[in-house]
Amino acid sequence: MAVRVQAGDFDPGAELAALTAGSRSIGGVVSFVGLVRDMAGGEPVGAMTLEHYPGMTERQLEAIEAEARARWPLDATLVIHRHGRLEPGDRIVMVACASAHRQAAFEACWFLIDWLKTRAPFWKLEETPAGGRWVEAKEQDDEAAARWAQPGNATKEG
Amino acid sequence: MRLLYFAWLRARIGIGEETVEPPADVRDVAGLVEWLKGRGPNYAEALANLSVVKVAVNQEYVPYGHPVRAGDEVALFPPVTGG
Repeated sequence: MAVRVQAGDFDPGAELAALTAGSRSIGGVVSFVGLVRDMAGGEPVGAMTLEHYPGMTERQLEAIEAEARARWPLDATLVIHRHGRLEPGDRIVMVACASAHRQAAFEACWFLIDWLKTRAPFWKLEETPAGGRWVEAKEQDDEAAARWAQPGNATKEG
Repeated sequence: MRLLYFAWLRARIGIGEETVEPPADVRDVAGLVEWLKGRGPNYAEALANLSVVKVAVNQEYVPYGHPVRAGDEVALFPPVTGG
């Protein structure tokens, strides 16, 4: 169980290897890695700066991780989120869940990233040709998170 | 009471953090925000549309009816956009 908020990059392969090292009960690991895109809303994005709320960010990520572990039988979980200035292609976020069986790992991973997007206090400032632009929260993200209002029903709806 | 502002709220208000002593009749988040709006046009503009202003008291999300007290850390910020 680990939550890290950091400016620096991370190595997904090394993180996954470390997550399961020494375990003989984990049957599968599911991970999601989010990257910076070079386009947003049809406009080119040169870079973005991620601002966060130190202290609350860690608390919220830990609460989200604890919720996942309460809902699914997980052997190991990992949440890494970067802050500061990032360029297209850079990694922003990684979540990973390890469990004896794949269904719990897939569902918990999906839950973690959906909830993180609507609860962890991060804000993106995009650099566009027209200047800095704060990214607005997306309704789809709220809807994605709302699917998880009841435990374990992620895959029922399209 | 320590106030924190993030993202475009910080940019519009012009500072990221301040310590204030609101009058005694400020008892909840809604009262605090109304009091802040009277402190200058930058506050009034930043807090004009509260449907896009989220609040955390002592690092936990709260509704506008949540009480605020001396010594609290109160953060105002837009809906989050991480991940």
